[in-house]
Amino acid sequence: MPAFMNTDAIKMKIAVLSGKGGTGKTLVSVNLAASAEKATYIDCDVEEPNGYLFFKPEGVEEEKVAVLIPQVDNKLCNGCRKCLDFCKFNALAYIVNRLIIFTEICHSCGGCLLVCPKKALSEKEKVIGKIEKGSSGPVSIYTGILNVGEASGVPIIKRLLAEKNLKSDYPIIIDCPPGSSCIVMESIKDADYCLLVAEPTLFGVHNLNMVYELVTLFNKPFGVVLNKCLLGEENPAEKFCIEKNLKILARIPFDNELGTLNSHAEIAVRKSKKYRQLFSSLLDEVTKEVQHEAITNP
Amino acid sequence: MKIAIPVDERNLEASVCVSFGRAPYFLIYDVKTKESIFIDNLASSSKGGAGIKAAQVIVDYKVDALLTPRCGQNAADVIKAANIKIYKTINGSAKANIEAFIANKLSLLDEIHAGFHEHGRH
Repeated sequence: MPAFMNTDAIKMKIAVLSGKGGTGKTLVSVNLAASAEKATYIDCDVEEPNGYLFFKPEGVEEEKVAVLIPQVDNKLCNGCRKCLDFCKFNALAYIVNRLIIFTEICHSCGGCLLVCPKKALSEKEKVIGKIEKGSSGPVSIYTGILNVGEASGVPIIKRLLAEKNLKSDYPIIIDCPPGSSCIVMESIKDADYCLLVAEPTLFGVHNLNMVYELVTLFNKPFGVVLNKCLLGEENPAEKFCIEKNLKILARIPFDNELGTLNSHAEIAVRKSKKYRQLFSSLLDEVTKEVQHEAITNP
Repeated sequence: MKIAIPVDERNLEASVCVSFGRAPYFLIYDVKTKESIFIDNLASSSKGGAGIKAAQVIVDYKVDALLTPRCGQNAADVIKAANIKIYKTINGSAKANIEAFIANKLSLLDEIHAGFHEHGRH
């Protein structure tokens, strides 16, 4: 076995994000987690989780995730429509003396119950997805899975990032959903450090800017990983980083070897010395950044 | 008999709006009295569920038929629960569609799309 970077016993939560899908969030997250002596990998991309394809976790246990949605007793409902007026998502309709509830649109805020003067609404549980826990060697794997057609993955991410899952003395890598919407905010909320993965295109710059604005808004320390870098070619994402004075922590080459490993669902650091070095040194860089942050902004 | 049409402007010559739930206005036309009223679609700026809210308004006006180029699943569920028939509009103004409807030239809308909900963006 190769010597791993000495990153053990370091408590840090690293969120890996990007403005669009396919930039390399999972590549970076999986390989970072596999570079550590011990780590936890949490796949928060609940609409299409794919980290497990690389780790192939063993001893998988399942936990269902449910939310509360309203149900109506039409005998008690007097048709006042206060619930309709309250619901910002228009999940309720009152048709021919009957209240209709659109459960896929409901965001489980519980507000309709509060405003109902007749107590005609009550709550029931509705399963929206699940969490799978397993392990791959020294890495604990958590995968969030949202059922198709559900409104929001936020409740699953909340459960994934609950206190008990984060009680680890080793690095926790949070593989975020793409974009910069609610589910991403939920995923980075408690992170100690954010890694922004970017592609070397103009479109990539646009997407990098989205997540750059987000982590700035959240006041998170962050660094950039440039993926798919072509030697000697112009890299608009790199140019953006230089202009904005953003720290570039790693450059991953646009490389046949890596592409082949990845497309066979192999973890590059477990197969290639070159990538073991690249991701170990990235983990080392991030560790230094987090430690520096802890000293300067305790 | 009353019919509803999503329209882009507040007049009979207006074009039919391509969207039902996000249309700026609805024309409510009474075939018998030939009276027309235009209402603002408050659902057009909804964060979500615009089709449901718009359909609720149409139902509350007690119309008998909705003339629209297309309709999402949730809106269709509301409209159908109220026994309102949905007809597919033809090219042309709201007025042209009213005439076509009266002449029995419109067919029922049989394609209901799943909706254009922006998953994961809220």
